Amino acid sequence: MSQLGWQAVAVASEAKTSTGEAVAFWILAPLAVLASLGMIMAKKAVHSALLLAFVMLDLAICYLMQSAPFFGVVQIVVYTGAIMMLFLFVLMIVGVDSSDSLIETIRGQRWAAVLAGLGFGLLLVLGIGRAALSGMAGLGGANASGRGNGSNVQQVAELLFTKYVFAFEATSALLITAALAAMVLAHRERTEPRASQRVLAEERFRPGAYPTPLPPPGVFARHNAVGTPALLPDGTPTELSVPTELVERGDVEAVGTAPLPSGRRSEESTETEPVA
Amino acid sequence: MNPANYVYLSALLFTIGAAGVLLRRNAIVVFMSIELMLNATNLAFVAFARIHGTVDGQVAAFFVMVVAAAEVVVGLSIIVMIFRTRRSASVDDANLLKY
Repeated sequence: MSQLGWQAVAVASEAKTSTGEAVAFWILAPLAVLASLGMIMAKKAVHSALLLAFVMLDLAICYLMQSAPFFGVVQIVVYTGAIMMLFLFVLMIVGVDSSDSLIETIRGQRWAAVLAGLGFGLLLVLGIGRAALSGMAGLGGANASGRGNGSNVQQVAELLFTKYVFAFEATSALLITAALAAMVLAHRERTEPRASQRVLAEERFRPGAYPTPLPPPGVFARHNAVGTPALLPDGTPTELSVPTELVERGDVEAVGTAPLPSGRRSEESTETEPVA
Repeated sequence: MNPANYVYLSALLFTIGAAGVLLRRNAIVVFMSIELMLNATNLAFVAFARIHGTVDGQVAAFFVMVVAAAEVVVGLSIIVMIFRTRRSASVDDANLLKY
């Protein structure tokens, strides 16, 4: 470690953080750990996404505290703004199947994973504990050394466009490649000609098809919620009236076949057949 | 407070992310765990930049963020494509190459 020569730098200036930062850290750090634990344990993927957004905001405040203002703001804009919203959009597409299956394909994998995680965490923490990380050089000197009058943003910009300019150009190529890849992956080639109106109409009146519009939810029922199936003339609920997503998710209200007030049901149920 | 505490926090978050990748079966949650690990390394980069007194660590974290953005775009479109063909986002269902 001493060959690297940074220990001498580390003891040069401010060795401890301010009390305000310590207070903020001891509030933010447990919250970040709890939220990320909740993220990997949450049953619904949407809850995981929201908890991850919370962790990212938490880390953004950590960056702001650690004299990285540009990075803190970029964290909020790019991570919580763009990446997490992308996650939520994909969750909307994948929607119905977003809950996790609890079947283990490899036996004992869960316990092995927990053990491996604990061991790995212990290894990391002990390794950091062994390293000599007492002291802090602070970024005041580094920021003042550039042409930016001690501003962190201008110092980052100077490094980005001088020392790391090739890496910066490579990332632009990477981003363009990623955008192209997403378009190629999302593109679907049309394998059959577009169905004309005539074909659609014939399909509709094919035997076994349902030519009229489907019954809307809640017709003749006690509630008009979207998950309440309509009642057929004989009083039985029909699932045709409820959106298929709700049926798949099992969110259809149980209506039961309540008797109609005038006792019409017993007479009419013999002559009408349920459409479903 | 010792600034090394940020590094400890980063190690904890990285461990939780790795455990999430091992534990979860939903491809999207696995992906979120990977994002958590990338964020943890960013925190370590920023903390080390401050401890060593150079801005280079922040620039490295910036590049990590760019790569993470590209990775999310491609990964999520792959997940959507697999969901379209197999109607499932579980990592256990994409096992055609196994047999």
